[in-house]
Amino acid sequence: MTDVIPEDSVGIVEPQQLHIDEPLTLRSGKVLPACDIVYETYGELNSEKSNAILVCHALSGDHHAAGYHASEEMKPGWWETCIGPGKAIDTNLFYVVSMNNLGGCGGTTGPASINPETGKYWGPDFPVVTVRDWVKSQAMLMDRLGIQKWAAVVGGSLGGMQVLRWAISYPERLDHAICIAAAPKLSAQNIAFNEVARQSITTDPNFHDGHYLENNTYPKQGLTLARMVGHITYLSDSAMRAKFGKTVADFESDETNFGRDLRTGKLSFGFNVDFQVESYLHYQGERFSANFDANTYLLMTKALDYFDPSVDYEGDLSKAFTNGTCKFMLVSFSTDWRFPPERSRELVNDLLKAGREVTYLEVEADQGHDAFLLPIPRYINAFKAYLAQVHHEVCGDAS
Amino acid sequence: MRPDLDIIQQWIEPNSRVLDLGCGDGDLLHYLKTTKQVKEIGLEIDEQNIQRCIENGVNVIEQNLDKGLSNFQSNSFETVLLAQTLQALSNPDKLIDEMLRIGKKGIVTFPNFGNWKSRLYLATKGRMPVSKFMPHQWYDTPNIHFCTVKDFDALCSNKGIKVLTRTVVDSQHQGSWAVKSWPNFLGEIAIYHITRD
Repeated sequence: MTDVIPEDSVGIVEPQQLHIDEPLTLRSGKVLPACDIVYETYGELNSEKSNAILVCHALSGDHHAAGYHASEEMKPGWWETCIGPGKAIDTNLFYVVSMNNLGGCGGTTGPASINPETGKYWGPDFPVVTVRDWVKSQAMLMDRLGIQKWAAVVGGSLGGMQVLRWAISYPERLDHAICIAAAPKLSAQNIAFNEVARQSITTDPNFHDGHYLENNTYPKQGLTLARMVGHITYLSDSAMRAKFGKTVADFESDETNFGRDLRTGKLSFGFNVDFQVESYLHYQGERFSANFDANTYLLMTKALDYFDPSVDYEGDLSKAFTNGTCKFMLVSFSTDWRFPPERSRELVNDLLKAGREVTYLEVEADQGHDAFLLPIPRYINAFKAYLAQVHHEVCGDAS
Repeated sequence: MRPDLDIIQQWIEPNSRVLDLGCGDGDLLHYLKTTKQVKEIGLEIDEQNIQRCIENGVNVIEQNLDKGLSNFQSNSFETVLLAQTLQALSNPDKLIDEMLRIGKKGIVTFPNFGNWKSRLYLATKGRMPVSKFMPHQWYDTPNIHFCTVKDFDALCSNKGIKVLTRTVVDSQHQGSWAVKSWPNFLGEIAIYHITRD
């Protein structure tokens, strides 16, 4: 357990639930008759309701972005680095809203929920949801919270794509769009990795065509493999070398083993786990598979693959940004090979072409795609300074 | 306020779009945003300067000017600024062309290497001038393309660039009658307002 909750944490938080009894027509044409949305909020909404920030989560995230659910909880929310009193997203200044997206497995209606029409798990019958559908449901939550306009919508990776969609679908409902380590759409390579992940899940004998919950099982092996593949794409070569090159450096002060630390100190000459990196990936994959729903993983990767707002604008994304006046902040990281800086620059150029106001940073960081979750000083300082300006602008104070 | 900013701001239309190439800490754009309500974008590569721009509430894009400006549309800004950056560029002439493609008008300021102090330094000491105003040694200077007022006049004339106004000021940034009479000899900072003919 965490003995003492750090002072710069929002502390103990409680998820809230909202039942939305309003049909939601999805991009696919299917209709979700009603849904439950689970979300958390941090900080206080001011009387003008002008200081609200929406945080959008990425593939494996959920509504629990900051703080602890109980003092026994070991790990805080997924963006504890950035959300809290005095942090980049300063909860002394802002009211932060974070919801679990539709199709998720954190409590919002998804494949692991019961379909009221059948009384059974939705499972594979849960409709394919897109980034556009998520943003639509986030707007429904926004309406019910009485918020007219977000001071900022913020997200990294798949979360950053939701930020872009907000600026396109609801240009009048946000002042700032902060999009970190994202891309205008997935590359063939990105889709290829997602397909490997999906195949490993759907070919697991315990998948049962998605009906595993009714069979009281889950595709543990498939989901583990999917996460292992995904995890490799979140780290950079240099991050892996640093992470798995410590033992040798410690004992022999030889840092040139390319991160090939051995697990037991010697080779097994068998097909066992010899290297630290292997054991790490197994651990990450297994831990993930115990806590995440396989059908949700399939849905999330499809939402990523389908994301391409330019389809409505003859393939010219700049045209998607011609409406609205919200300002943009984009950040990329030098060793991110999942969504590298070039992809963020594509976005910057489309925004410039549309005549929008943009701030863009290319941060030197060794940590790869994961960098957006980590306390990298240059990134955090810029993020914090930008949001201080946002607060100054929307709340008219001298922060 | 820097007196050269005072000269520059007179040429900026209220509510216009301004692109500042090598915007430093964003002071100039911040000033123009506050006094003229311009829609601004600054380009910069220095990390500390970028951070200062954000703290100044100025839009800034991390972009290396030496890699070109092809990501900017033609005529997308009223004014493109190049303040005290010309001498540090790999291809200043190409960037001037780009400036006037992207902006309807350009403003260029640079240290005048033809100033009498530089001439005297070189003439008497036989070494590259180092001063408070040009503090670097020849080997570590970011300023790789120094020019004089006469050189820049010649570049404009070769390229068919129209000089709307040329102001030359001394270290106090004052344009006395003497500085106006012998700009290339007395002027320390040259400020040009240019456009395509």
